[in-house]
Amino acid sequence: MRPVAISVDTPDQSAALCRKAGYTFTFLSDPKAEVIRRYDLLHKRGGPDGKDIARPAEFLVDAAGVVRWRNLTEDLRKRTTPEDVLQAAQLLH
Amino acid sequence: MINRQDRVPGPVKRQWNWRIWTGFLLALAVIPAYFLFFLRFPVTRDVPWASWLMFAGAGWLLLAGVSRAFANSAVYRGKIAGPFLAFLSLTAAIFFAYATLYASRQLPAAGDAPRVGEKAPEFTLVAVGGNTVAMSSLLSEPMPGMEGQKPRGLLLVFYRGYW
Repeated sequence: MRPVAISVDTPDQSAALCRKAGYTFTFLSDPKAEVIRRYDLLHKRGGPDGKDIARPAEFLVDAAGVVRWRNLTEDLRKRTTPEDVLQAAQLLH
Repeated sequence: MINRQDRVPGPVKRQWNWRIWTGFLLALAVIPAYFLFFLRFPVTRDVPWASWLMFAGAGWLLLAGVSRAFANSAVYRGKIAGPFLAFLSLTAAIFFAYATLYASRQLPAAGDAPRVGEKAPEFTLVAVGGNTVAMSSLLSEPMPGMEGQKPRGLLLVFYRGYW
C-alpha cells in the first residue's frame, strides 16, 4: 500500500513539512483544490486567512482504483489511527 | 523584664490560600496540556477525560480555597483573588468545551465523496520536487524498497495543510 498525502499546500511547503517530520512518502499539491473538490472534500474558508482547504479524509484504493475503505471524520481532532489503516489494508490481500 | 503579653500585637499575617492558586494554575494548564500533549494520543484526544479530570481537580481546589477565604477570613487570604481566579478558570473550561464539543466539529459533510465500492476519481497533481504524478502511475509504479513490486493499493490522505 502506497501512502499519498494531498493538500492545498505548494510542493515547497510540503517539502518543508517532509524535512521537518522526516516523511519520505508521496506528497501531492492541489493548490486550486480541484481534486479536493472532485472528492467533495472542500472546506470553504477552513484555512488560515479564509483560504479554501481540504477537510481531513482518508481513502484506501485497491489496484483497480476502487475505494475499499474510507474514513470521513466528523471531528477535526479525531483522525484515523495506524491500527485502523493497517486493519483496512488487509482488504487489499 | 518584659512579659510576652505586654508586646504590642501586630496585625495577624493571614495564611496564603494555596488551594486557590493551585486550582487556578491547574485550570490554566489544561488547554496547553491538551493541545501540546494529550492530543497526540487517541485515548486522551477523542474523549478528553484527562483534561476534564484536571478541570474537576481545579474546581475542587478553588471551591475549597474560596470557601475557606469566606468562612475563615481571619486566617486565610483570598476573598478577592479567589472568586476572580475561579471566574477565570471557569472561562477556560467554557472555552475548552466550546473548542472540543463544537468548534472542531464544524466540518463540511462530504456527502458526495467516493463511497466504498465506487471508483476513486483519477487525478494528476504535482509532487514534492516538481514531478507531475497521476493516480494510475502511483498504482502501477513499483514501491521503493519493495523489489520492483507494485503497491497493492493507495492510501489517499487528504489533510488540511501545513501552516
